[in-house]
Amino acid sequence: MTEILALLEHDRGEAGETSYQSLGFGRELLAAGIGTSITAVVIGGEADPLTLDLGAYGASQVVSVHHAELSDYAPEAWGEALSELIASRSPAAVVAAGTDRGNEVLAHAAAITDLPFAANVSAIRSVADAHVELTRVRWGGSLLEQSKLVAPTYVMTGAAHVFDGDPSPDHVGVSADVEMVHATLPDTAARTRITDRVTLSSGITLTTAAVVVSGGRGVGSAEGFAPLQELADLLGGAVGCSRVVTNNGWRPHSDQVGQTGKRIAPELYIACGISGAIQHWVGMMASKHVLAINTDKEANMVGKAEYAVVGDLHTILPAVSEEIRKRRS
Amino acid sequence: MALRILVCVKRVPAPGARITLTADHSAIDVKNLGFTTSPHEECAVEEAIRLVEQHGGEATVLTLGPAEAEEQLRYAVSVGIVKAVHVSHPSLVDQADWDPQATATALAEVIASIEAADGAFDLILFGNESADSGGFQVGIRVARKLGRPIVNGIKAIEIGDTAVVAQRESTSGFEVYNLPLPAVLGVKEGLNLPRYPTLPGRLKSKKAEIVTHTVEPVAGGLITENFDNAAEVVVQTTMLGTGAESAPAIVDLIERLGLL
Repeated sequence: MTEILALLEHDRGEAGETSYQSLGFGRELLAAGIGTSITAVVIGGEADPLTLDLGAYGASQVVSVHHAELSDYAPEAWGEALSELIASRSPAAVVAAGTDRGNEVLAHAAAITDLPFAANVSAIRSVADAHVELTRVRWGGSLLEQSKLVAPTYVMTGAAHVFDGDPSPDHVGVSADVEMVHATLPDTAARTRITDRVTLSSGITLTTAAVVVSGGRGVGSAEGFAPLQELADLLGGAVGCSRVVTNNGWRPHSDQVGQTGKRIAPELYIACGISGAIQHWVGMMASKHVLAINTDKEANMVGKAEYAVVGDLHTILPAVSEEIRKRRS
Repeated sequence: MALRILVCVKRVPAPGARITLTADHSAIDVKNLGFTTSPHEECAVEEAIRLVEQHGGEATVLTLGPAEAEEQLRYAVSVGIVKAVHVSHPSLVDQADWDPQATATALAEVIASIEAADGAFDLILFGNESADSGGFQVGIRVARKLGRPIVNGIKAIEIGDTAVVAQRESTSGFEVYNLPLPAVLGVKEGLNLPRYPTLPGRLKSKKAEIVTHTVEPVAGGLITENFDNAAEVVVQTTMLGTGAESAPAIVDLIERLGLL
């Protein structure tokens, strides 16, 4: 029996939207013929409550790793904890979701164990005795790389939003045994841990807003964002922007949507004067609905959006805000 | 405290470039591609310059790549980096990367040899991930080989006498990490707004001496074989109108989605 270790990502005991995608990825590996069972790995005692329902996601076993240094996220300590499991259990594969933390922890574990690591895998194409043929996403998702991963244990993250993060329909009501393991951890594991947190906003943020009104080069200036802000405020939404906007200093980088900014999934994304380069698209492609407003009807964003309006955002947006106020009064 | 800072950068296609493949899909067609420094690392270069301006010391830029990657080293010099190191090998050509394990091993080796001759770097900066291959591991592997702490995703850096305070963006704000020096950080775009080169800077960079180290690649376990373009998203776009007259149709849409 060979295991797939699937890391459950969490923040101080709280699972996020992408956390369970590691188990969905694990189920794909099983289906492809890698390993014979999934063992979920949950690091830190704070996350013990999360161990209870992992059977429903396809795990037949859960390993809960405890240590005094594992009370909050600590990339080196998490990587060390995982590498200890790799050494003691010789799993067929170790997987995590392709998030900042997932990629970071698996890179540490791979570096410690001197195993190769494939980030953001979107498909397993074939499985042989000592290697797998896989597909990785790169260049903002527009380019697929077909690679061979040669290793005794396959260390991989699953590309975001490719693998199922929901409970498995084949495992309804299944419960998994939980085994508690104490990590040993070298002293150095404590040097990279969170020592403090700065909370910026507790209200609506770019990543949580249902409506995002986003601007690109076509907005023209920092002042040009006023009608975008007005509409976002009216709808209880947030303002976003493209890379050219932050490079011009019109908006702070925290508003940037895209490959090197935030990845968001609002109900409605209103793209104003954004041409729609792939690096921007990858940041908002998970939006449920997209409305493009652009003077150029040939713009990429117009062609890829579900809805579009051709025209000047500086006249259209104030008219939209006016129309909303009219209907509400 | 006079700082010794090293910035590791990668030459990548310009952001937004449309990538085309060779006919047999075995490689990326680089004929019509423009190249630049990977965006996260442009900010790493800027941060190194700012930290030296603030604390004194000296910053070095290093890249592993083809002969053409000298352009990216010279660019870093043109904005204020003092020393440039090129890690080279005849097998390195644009868009045909070494395996991440081979890259990290070579970088760690060269960094160790520079440190043996000139003294340790207090801080080594990497980009969080390269914009093109996005392996998410070279910085971490190098840090482990050097026995130094590393945190990725850094958007603010403050250096003290014995430690560096680094901030990483989270969904609600920032996580604060406190790393003992010497340390390694993987930084993200947004850390700062990189400056443009000045004319004297450009002239200086043309004459700058580039130190070359030749290294042999070790075998790694992730072997790139082919490429494919991802399927294009085909969407039937519904046109809601043109100009300000489309406002009622837009608000209808917002209402229909239950967002009004």
